[in-house]
Amino acid sequence: MIWLVLPLIAVLAVLAYLAGRGAAQRRAAALAGGEKAHSRPQQHGYYALIWVAVPALVVTIIAGVFSGPVAHNLLAADAPQIVQDLEPFRREAFFNDARLTGEGQRAFQVWHGELGEVLNAEAARSHRVHQTLTWGGVLAAILAAAMGGLFAFSQIRPSLRARNRVEGWIGGLLFACSAVAILTTVGIVFSLLWDSLRFFQAVPVTDFLFGTQWSPQIAIRADQVGSSGAFGAVPLFAGTFLIMLIAMVVAAPVGLFSAIYLSEYASAVSRGVVKPVLEILAGVPTVVYGFFAALTVGPAFREFFNGIGAMLVGGPLDGMGQYLLLVQNQMALVAGAVMGIMLIPFVSSLSDDIINAVPQSLRDGSYAMGATKSETVKRVLLPAALPGIAGALLLAMSRAIGETMIVTMAAGLAANLTLNPLDTVTTVTVQIVTLLTGDQEFDSPKTLAAFGLGLTLFLVTLLLNIVAQRIVQTYREQYD
Amino acid sequence: MWARLAAEDPARAARLQKGLKARYARETRFKLYGVLAVAVAVGFLLLLLGRIIEQGHTAFYSNQMTVSVYMDPARIDRAYPQGTNFQQMVAQQQLTRLGETDDEQGTKATAYRQLLSSELKFRAADLIRNDPSLIGKTVTITAPVSDEADLYYKGEVTRETAADQRRVSDQQMAWLDELKREGHVSTSFNTQLFTNGDSTEPELAGVLGAVVGSALMLLVTACIAIPLGVGAAVYLEEFSKKGRITDLIEVNINNLAAVPSIVYGLLGVALFINWMHLPRSSPLVGGLVLALMALPTIIIATRSALKAVPPSIREAALAMGASRTQTVFHHVLPLAMPGVMTGTIISMAHALGETAPLLLIGMVSFVPGIPGAVDEPAGALPSLVYIWENASERAFHERTAAAILVLLAFMIVMNAAAILLRRRFERRW
Repeated sequence: MIWLVLPLIAVLAVLAYLAGRGAAQRRAAALAGGEKAHSRPQQHGYYALIWVAVPALVVTIIAGVFSGPVAHNLLAADAPQIVQDLEPFRREAFFNDARLTGEGQRAFQVWHGELGEVLNAEAARSHRVHQTLTWGGVLAAILAAAMGGLFAFSQIRPSLRARNRVEGWIGGLLFACSAVAILTTVGIVFSLLWDSLRFFQAVPVTDFLFGTQWSPQIAIRADQVGSSGAFGAVPLFAGTFLIMLIAMVVAAPVGLFSAIYLSEYASAVSRGVVKPVLEILAGVPTVVYGFFAALTVGPAFREFFNGIGAMLVGGPLDGMGQYLLLVQNQMALVAGAVMGIMLIPFVSSLSDDIINAVPQSLRDGSYAMGATKSETVKRVLLPAALPGIAGALLLAMSRAIGETMIVTMAAGLAANLTLNPLDTVTTVTVQIVTLLTGDQEFDSPKTLAAFGLGLTLFLVTLLLNIVAQRIVQTYREQYD
Repeated sequence: MWARLAAEDPARAARLQKGLKARYARETRFKLYGVLAVAVAVGFLLLLLGRIIEQGHTAFYSNQMTVSVYMDPARIDRAYPQGTNFQQMVAQQQLTRLGETDDEQGTKATAYRQLLSSELKFRAADLIRNDPSLIGKTVTITAPVSDEADLYYKGEVTRETAADQRRVSDQQMAWLDELKREGHVSTSFNTQLFTNGDSTEPELAGVLGAVVGSALMLLVTACIAIPLGVGAAVYLEEFSKKGRITDLIEVNINNLAAVPSIVYGLLGVALFINWMHLPRSSPLVGGLVLALMALPTIIIATRSALKAVPPSIREAALAMGASRTQTVFHHVLPLAMPGVMTGTIISMAHALGETAPLLLIGMVSFVPGIPGAVDEPAGALPSLVYIWENASERAFHERTAAAILVLLAFMIVMNAAAILLRRRFERRW
């Protein structure tokens, strides 16, 4: 529908502009000598354009957003009993195939028996519903455009403050743009809350937050065994925390020292080399880090630990050697270390800003007292910049908690409640990905659990971000 | 001064000297830590790029074999030439040529067949379809070798490789050596990698489908995020009166910029797929999600570009009788444009590399072919990397690295464009 309506609206809008400009010119020419029109003819044209385009666009957007759900409800409400009796997931697939068949495309699945017979009738009905909605939408959009146009033309006269009106519209439009940010937040909160609440109806919040058993295998059929479904998220929180900790151990010192070196020691030349390198490191997609972790770092670490294990076996530390021999590619240490590399540029550029923000007079004062550079950094700059750096580290932590691809590719899937960096652990983000990829019902607690995890992740990172931004901002204003 | 101090109070002088030495040592050490940290960062980057180039460069060339095929009329159904098992036919003819006799079950022919790509079948069928008179004649066909044979020719699988780590038997290796000795194998640039969509067979898999999918997705993202982001930034920077609502919007934007990307994926699943019933795994949904994600970054970058335009420009325009809107759109925004474009390109580059939300909206499903519209199922470069990394065939490893190199090439081009723009149009007032 969009592809039909948008060009149509564009054409109508241009016509309205031309007509509005012409009408304004004619009406202004009819004025008696000495009188002048308030606005230039173009502005009248824009006025007409806005009144044609905006109502039509609003109608189109409303139709676009709601036609999907409306069509779906219409189809679902009048579907034959046999379709209504299907499991929700299969029903969705059936409607999808009916739509495809109705559009003359091939269905995804083969529907047997009575369903196959029903499919064609449903396809025809789906086609009718979609046609009706599409043409209804187009008609409504044209009507809206026509009404807007009539209104605009009734308004055009030399005394109309067309420029002010047009600019008012532009201001409103710009405000609407920034309101999208709020709408996004509302959308995030609502979509997470809605599905989480459904999840928490099936699994109590306390079980979720304090349970130590995570195995989201829900029985899809009643006769399945061994899939009880336990949604205690503590092992995930522990895994996330462990990997975050390892990442910070790598990223914090390296990033901080790079920042100190770059802002205090480096010459313009080496700064000019290192800065772009760090920018490249920051621009590398996380999936590439994941690949690097899984295929390079993981095997290298395993070989290293297996080697140490082989040396220890038979000695006084035999048990530990045996353990090290069994270390696998996927472990918390690999994911954490690579994530630390990913965070280095983040930490260093934030700390760089903050160290640079410390006024030169403090450095000069310290040098005047005979302090060396390192003493100035340690005794003056770092204490002055400490709150800001703490804020930067908090931001890096929230990044590490929310990071997905590296852990998905390098940390493993087993939910172990452990603080041993050589074990495979799993994190909140990994579980969200595994719960939502692949075939599953949309309404089972298994899928909804992803939203519960997402809500937790959102709240925790939000809290960290707010605290970090507070700290960074209050600190920055200190010297202004 | 030292000399006088040393003469007056040797003990104190020595102590001071020692202290000074320690201080200088500390200074050197501290500086060393800095150098070390930078070296670690640079070293990681080199290691990362080096390893990926090392793993991926072999995917850019591939081995083709040229075989002469006798189009056996007894085996080809004229009505349905596609149904012929050309690979088996070629394998048997090759074995006969080598003078080997096969057993009852055709074990050897089956083993030989594994060295041939299924592309051979398609090319042979195409030939027959275009010219049925070829049946009964001998034709030469050039087709890629299978992925395992390709790995053997590239030296990544050798006779020394442990038997459970390779899928080429010693017998097959002997055949491959024979083919090479006879000059039937040629190595050339792997054009398939850039002209094919995804495939389950590594030797036929290419990145074009994913590149097109990523491009369509970025198109949707750009169409939505850039106008909205610039508009929002202009409003906040130039029009808004400081008040509760604008404060709320500002705090919101800062928070949105730090929301984990996977949460945007969840939003996409709940809002666009489950509620609005937009097509799953389509560039449309992917682009919408990435647009929401890129929005805060664009707003923040645009605002700082607008801030950098000096107030005198605005005052001059206002003094000439321009309205606020005219001032902004005729004077301030054009002057801020380089900064806006730099920020936009960088945020688009980030969107291009983002993977996690794409996994949730179903862009990990296997999509062969090349998408033609924004509402068709499509892949994207980062999700292709993820899919190939998880593939069990070993030949996908080098292709994963090659796909990463393609992705990185795009990122570097985009970032270089941003840097160039900044250099070219940098203005100092």
